[in-house]
Amino acid sequence: MNAPYRYFGRRLGHLLVVWLGISFIAFSLSNLAPGDPAEMILLRQTGEAPTREAVERLREQLGLDAPFPARYGRWLAHAVRGDLGASYASGAPVARELSERFGATLQLAIAAIFVSLIVAIPLGVLSAVHRDSPLDHGLRVGALIGASVPGFWLSYLLILLFAVGLGLLPAAGQGDWRNLVLPAVALGLGDAASLMRLTRASMLEELREDYVRTARAKGLPARLIVVRHALRNALNPIVTLSSLHLGRLLGQAAIVETVFGWPGIGKLAVDSIYARDYPAIQGFVLYMGTVFVVVNFVVDMAYVRMDPRVSVFRSWDGRRA
Amino acid sequence: MGDVPDDSPSARLVPSGALPLPRVARNLRLAAVLRRRSVLLGVGMVVFFAVLAVAAPLLAPHHPAAMDATRRLEGPSLRYPLGTDNLGRDLLSRLLYGSRWSLSTVALATAMIMSIGIAVGAIAGFLGGLIDDLLMRIVDVLLAIPSLLLALAVAGTLGPGIGNVMAALVIVWWASYARVVRGLVLAVRERRFVEAAGALGAPRRHVLLRHVMPNVIPPVVVLATVEMGELILAIAGLNFLGLGVRPPTPEWGAMLNDGRPFLLTAPHLMIYPGLAISLLVIGFNLVGDGLRDLLDPKG
Repeated sequence: MNAPYRYFGRRLGHLLVVWLGISFIAFSLSNLAPGDPAEMILLRQTGEAPTREAVERLREQLGLDAPFPARYGRWLAHAVRGDLGASYASGAPVARELSERFGATLQLAIAAIFVSLIVAIPLGVLSAVHRDSPLDHGLRVGALIGASVPGFWLSYLLILLFAVGLGLLPAAGQGDWRNLVLPAVALGLGDAASLMRLTRASMLEELREDYVRTARAKGLPARLIVVRHALRNALNPIVTLSSLHLGRLLGQAAIVETVFGWPGIGKLAVDSIYARDYPAIQGFVLYMGTVFVVVNFVVDMAYVRMDPRVSVFRSWDGRRA
Repeated sequence: MGDVPDDSPSARLVPSGALPLPRVARNLRLAAVLRRRSVLLGVGMVVFFAVLAVAAPLLAPHHPAAMDATRRLEGPSLRYPLGTDNLGRDLLSRLLYGSRWSLSTVALATAMIMSIGIAVGAIAGFLGGLIDDLLMRIVDVLLAIPSLLLALAVAGTLGPGIGNVMAALVIVWWASYARVVRGLVLAVRERRFVEAAGALGAPRRHVLLRHVMPNVIPPVVVLATVEMGELILAIAGLNFLGLGVRPPTPEWGAMLNDGRPFLLTAPHLMIYPGLAISLLVIGFNLVGDGLRDLLDPKG
């Protein structure tokens, strides 16, 4: 078998091991929870303290009296078939609730990455081109502030300014694109800060390259050199990083969705936590963990394919693996 | 000051992509970092908050939980310099006491994260073999899940309480430290002075503790400083969601949460705590950025 396929196979194997680990953590969460699940379900159904016999009966019914490995095995067997159990709070299948909400979170994440890219790339390029100028210093201070401000606080500042003060955009809910603007900006700006730094560093490196000097010597206009030549090469790590930022973004999204009442997975998770809805919390961890490792895997593979300079098939001393 | 070129075959075995060998402890370069204005400003900001935290009882005009029912949701006044909250408590006093919570929780969480990360990383790197494989797979799994999401789920499952929030962050955050420490241990143990100590018959434990670890700890301290801002934001975020401290504890994230219903009538309840969090994180990030350049001058 040739090297790329072997690399693919090895990464796929690794992905499976990591996924099993994630499933184990997700399942173990229920054992961290204080109190007996059967008792909690009954309490929720009837609203009063259940009898000992009723609890025992339900424990047996749900298979909660089985040892931990057996319960994990059964849960996993259901999970791979897309069955994550029923929500304590709504009684609906957790997997269906998560899938229904996923679209909203994806919409928000894509919009946030878009905001982040259109803010970070032009500013990062400007900062690199005008290195050490007052503009560069100003932009870097801006990036520092952007990386340090809590996303949930920024959300409220945006609401105060654009929804309450200027009345331009709605403060909460889901409807047309106008509802998406504020959460996407709140989520995207924090990300833009680190992306801008990366763009700057990456551009500075490219601008030092010989081909840039050649282009200058040929008398090409500076704007053309920056946009057509340097930026094109600098974009590769930027795009990779912005997709890898998805994980951080998804974490932040839970809080931002809660602030804006955006009906995504993050808000569902926070609501499940308030409701002590353990199957939903478990399902959330497994679902998001799965999404995240699959995205990383795809980005990894795409990166190898896109950039022939990525020499994953070479060992450290340059020998072919 | 140049390093003696280490051209032993074992030194060349270290892949070029691995972490740079620890040279952080060099006083010369540390002094250079401290001379930077931005780092000094960061240190100043952190020290400022530390002083506020220590001196809170002296500086605060009121007790943080003292309520004045006649003066609720007021703007700034002589008696209440930053105004009052919905229970008539002095916002400034609560902010001052809040710095105690922010600084002590992040310090304690960082200490626990570092202890676990260093111990696991050192064991994995030094023992190698099956134990290394097993520990690193656990690390892989923890790093594969977005940390804030997992911390949210763990804290949420454990139930509300600042102890549970910190436990959740420690459970999630140690993994990246363990990976860095393991890499450093692997790099350092190949160096000549370690080889020499082994050749002289020093026991393994002695080699690890006396020769390897002193070279591993400084970069880990740098990493901890770099990550402190992020950790403060995570703690504040979980407190904001109501998973951490219980009322009436004056923690900044929790204060933001308490101020939510009064966003329109008393926006100062949300503006000042957020400003405090931001300034503290900016301080840590200024220091962290300077130190990061030390570890990786290119990035």
